[in-house]
Amino acid sequence: MWRWLHPYAKPEATYNLLQKLLPWFVALTLVTLITGVIWGLAFAPGDYQQGDSYRIIFLHVPAAIFSMGAYMGMAIMGGIALIWQIKTAEWAIPAIAPVGAALTIVALLTGAIWGKPMWGTWWVWDARLTSELILLFLYVGVMALYFAFDDARTGAKAAAILSLVGVINLPIIHFSVEWWNTLHQGATITKFERPSIAASMLIPLLICLAGFAFLTVSLVMMRLKNEILRHELHRAWAQQRLEQD
Amino acid sequence: MSQLSNRQTWLTLLKRDLRIAARRRSDALNPLLFLLMVVTLFPLGIGPGPDILARIAPGIIWVAALLASLLGLERLFRDDFQDGTLEQLCLLPQPLAFTVTAKMTAHWLLSGLPLVILSPVLALLLSLPLQGWWALALTLLLGTPALSALGAIGAALTLQVQRGSSLVSLILIPLFIPLLIFATAAVENASMGLAVHGQLAILAAISVLTVTLAPLAVAAGIRMSVN
Repeated sequence: MWRWLHPYAKPEATYNLLQKLLPWFVALTLVTLITGVIWGLAFAPGDYQQGDSYRIIFLHVPAAIFSMGAYMGMAIMGGIALIWQIKTAEWAIPAIAPVGAALTIVALLTGAIWGKPMWGTWWVWDARLTSELILLFLYVGVMALYFAFDDARTGAKAAAILSLVGVINLPIIHFSVEWWNTLHQGATITKFERPSIAASMLIPLLICLAGFAFLTVSLVMMRLKNEILRHELHRAWAQQRLEQD
Repeated sequence: MSQLSNRQTWLTLLKRDLRIAARRRSDALNPLLFLLMVVTLFPLGIGPGPDILARIAPGIIWVAALLASLLGLERLFRDDFQDGTLEQLCLLPQPLAFTVTAKMTAHWLLSGLPLVILSPVLALLLSLPLQGWWALALTLLLGTPALSALGAIGAALTLQVQRGSSLVSLILIPLFIPLLIFATAAVENASMGLAVHGQLAILAAISVLTVTLAPLAVAAGIRMSVN
């Protein structure tokens, strides 16, 4: 594993790998997201109780899942940056954080739009909504800390430590808020049982999930490429790459 | 010169911090006065009815305590960072994660413990029922170590940031939320005469977890800043 990974400690190698993989991920994103969204919005059957307004699930659930997944990825990168001092992992933190924050905002907005017809209100102080909002605060904190330092490496280390602290706290926050108040419907597909959703809705939802996964990865890859170029601008290879493109 | 044992080092550091605080009393007193004033603002803003005050008292006191704990954080490491004491701490034979616990303990003695002592006065001001008093004191006693520990992480991470106090609030407030939830729930239950062991046990668990893990993050933050 280590032998396979260590060439990518060199920013140039990572950049080349990203360059090679990115078109594939963008293509996969387009295919899965377009299929999933069109299938979900136009062809999946309506819900017997919620009618057509449930269809926002095809955006809401993937955004919510990957808002948390992105935080996990950021914390893993933070751990790698702290333990092995790999610069590319440090740059991955500012690459991931805004994408994760954007997904969190999408989840909150679609949740509010879904909540209006279902619960009759845009916002309730419910456990899952609140912990998603707190997740947004954690992202904001990591980004603010990263950009607060004059020296970029110190900022990256501070943000890495904070993201690790946050990842330990995230389950505590989640369960304490859940214990505090709950109105949100229970999990439909992320529990370890048979999913309580009809297959005709589940399949487009799973395709949308894959689409958001590829979308998140592609956006992070694009941002990481930019971060690498920005930090390596004084190197010859980066200059060459800029002239080529 | 003979080497100091772990315990001697720890006690020396603790005494040093307490002595510095004794010579600059306003640093430790200001957050407490701030807390008292914030608590005073609520009856003025909401109205002096004892019913509603007693209902929201746990929330007010704990939110005010969280805000007050953010105020004093800057003095935790900033002066030692500027005069080079932190560099000396890094050079000690004892691990940095161990020595910072002395500073965190001093900070708790100066900011957390006074809150516990002050809590009956706050409860009286907000006409909290008598059963709520001891619950409030207990939640503060069990919860404030976690405040000091988490606060130390924030202070260590922002050492190099100029005017970092607003940044500290930004990164710490989300981490304080579980404490607020369980502490206020405990006080509310106690006011209604219900059992509070569960909430107190969880508060104690959060404190133990943060107090044991935070020194590692604090040490990493200091090393990063001192270089």
